[in-house]
Amino acid sequence: MLERLIQCPRVAQPPPLTTGSAAPQGEVSIEKVDVVFGQGNEAHAAVTDITIHIAAGEFVCLLGPSGCGKSTLLNSIAGFVKPTRGHVLIDGQPVDGPGPGQGMVFQQYSLFPWKTVIDNVAFGPRMHGRSRAEARSLAGEYLDLVGLSNVAKRYPATLSGGMQQRVGIARALVNQPRLLVMDEPFGALDAQTRAIMQENLLHIWSRIGTTVVFVTHDIDEAVFMADRVLVMSAGPGRIIADIAIELSRPRHRDITTEDAFIHIKRQCLDIINVESRKAFERQNY
Amino acid sequence: MSSRTTTEIAFGAAAEASRPRNAGFALAMNRALIEKAKLWLSRLLTLAIGLVFWHLATKYRLDAYIRFENVPSPKQVGAALWTHLGDPRFYVHIGVSLRRILTGYVLATLLGIGIGLAMGRSWLARSLIDPYIEFLRPIPAVGWIPLAILMWPTEESSIVYITFLGALFPIVLNTVHGVEQTPEVLVRAARSLGASRAQIFIHIVIPAALPSIATGLAIGMGVSWFSLLAGEIISGQYGIGYFTWSAYSLINYPDIVVGMLAIGVLGAFSTWAVRALLFPLLAWQKASR
Repeated sequence: MLERLIQCPRVAQPPPLTTGSAAPQGEVSIEKVDVVFGQGNEAHAAVTDITIHIAAGEFVCLLGPSGCGKSTLLNSIAGFVKPTRGHVLIDGQPVDGPGPGQGMVFQQYSLFPWKTVIDNVAFGPRMHGRSRAEARSLAGEYLDLVGLSNVAKRYPATLSGGMQQRVGIARALVNQPRLLVMDEPFGALDAQTRAIMQENLLHIWSRIGTTVVFVTHDIDEAVFMADRVLVMSAGPGRIIADIAIELSRPRHRDITTEDAFIHIKRQCLDIINVESRKAFERQNY
Repeated sequence: MSSRTTTEIAFGAAAEASRPRNAGFALAMNRALIEKAKLWLSRLLTLAIGLVFWHLATKYRLDAYIRFENVPSPKQVGAALWTHLGDPRFYVHIGVSLRRILTGYVLATLLGIGIGLAMGRSWLARSLIDPYIEFLRPIPAVGWIPLAILMWPTEESSIVYITFLGALFPIVLNTVHGVEQTPEVLVRAARSLGASRAQIFIHIVIPAALPSIATGLAIGMGVSWFSLLAGEIISGQYGIGYFTWSAYSLINYPDIVVGMLAIGVLGAFSTWAVRALLFPLLAWQKASR
């Protein structure tokens, strides 16, 4: 772990943002978590026996096919789903429902359509009793961070999908969360926009340094972005591989065609193949 | 598509080029003006055709199953309208009707939105109120008139009650519908941003329900006029409905049409007023299209 952090140092940029916390936060401990939906005969386990430790400031991708329970696991970290067994701890505290400490970015269409872009971002601070002027000036800083100051007064529906997701990211970050949980945030975007968004997000993350848990089913996306890729398999969802991605940062689009990237991707694919075959055979006994 | 990609690439640098204004802009403006003039001309033309037909039908006492024998001519109606416009008593009728509408409608709006929000949000409120709504809704407000006269102490209060009742159900039902339509992802987003239950209700549920509530308010205004007129025709000594019906009883036929015209104008005006009052709250919808 430590070794990996030394190998890929993050670009040190002084954050010009209004952040309060000094100590690194956002350490996630998931201990023997099961999530079971339904009762009696209808009960089925969405995820089972998940144990993960995520260090503060780490960028982790949950990779898996659709229906493998990765969103369920994400929702249990975000606080929307209560584990049936086991614990989810953030900085040693059990997660007790959703909240601004776990900033959530949804797949799409999660902006409030009746609020302008700036007021969407100002929503969190407003709910915590900041004055309109204060909340807006804070929101302005984060819109700046995602490069959307120029559309502050527009309504979400007039923005492209990629811009909407950037507003969604700013809206989560303005609360200065310990942790950013992202549920296939770029899944609905076209390939070019998606590639640009991935770079944008890495750039933003390099400036704020929060822990990120990012759900995706796209292996290129996972390898490109993550410090660590956790591979999940379906039925019920479990972690079948935990792969450290030792590519240097900052990462640019070019690296995806370099040998090192392709090598790591191939390693990942091999592990996924072997592990998912094992998982498949386990299921069929 | 290409412009979107460009914008995405321009991320970081503050950039979105202002809309280009080319030479064709003035031409397009002109064309729009001509289109508008055409539209208004065609509207005026159809109205004129209707008026001419009315004039001829009354002049030659057209009798083709529908009889125009006793229908006043446009000229007679125009003359009667002119007289009434100069008569303060006419405005008393209009004033009384407007006051009844306003009272009944405002009460229906407050109570209807309140009940609708409660039903949409709380299981308990819903199970308590739903049976009454389901049972009473099919009864048109007009059907309430006899009982209303028996129940309410004054004629005035019974007419206001009928007006209120007419508007109530469309407002309640559309509010409930609007609350149910609230996208779950928005509620989840608000929760993850730290909003409390009450804050979610105020900042998410109500705005999400607003377009549907606005529909209910517009429909409610129409039904409320309809109910008012029925109430005024059956009982009362004032109001535009009473004016219209008494013109018939007194064999003063041009006044029937004057009354109808007044009702049409007032109805259109009130619907316009509802829309105009709600517009600022729904401006985001227009911008989103």
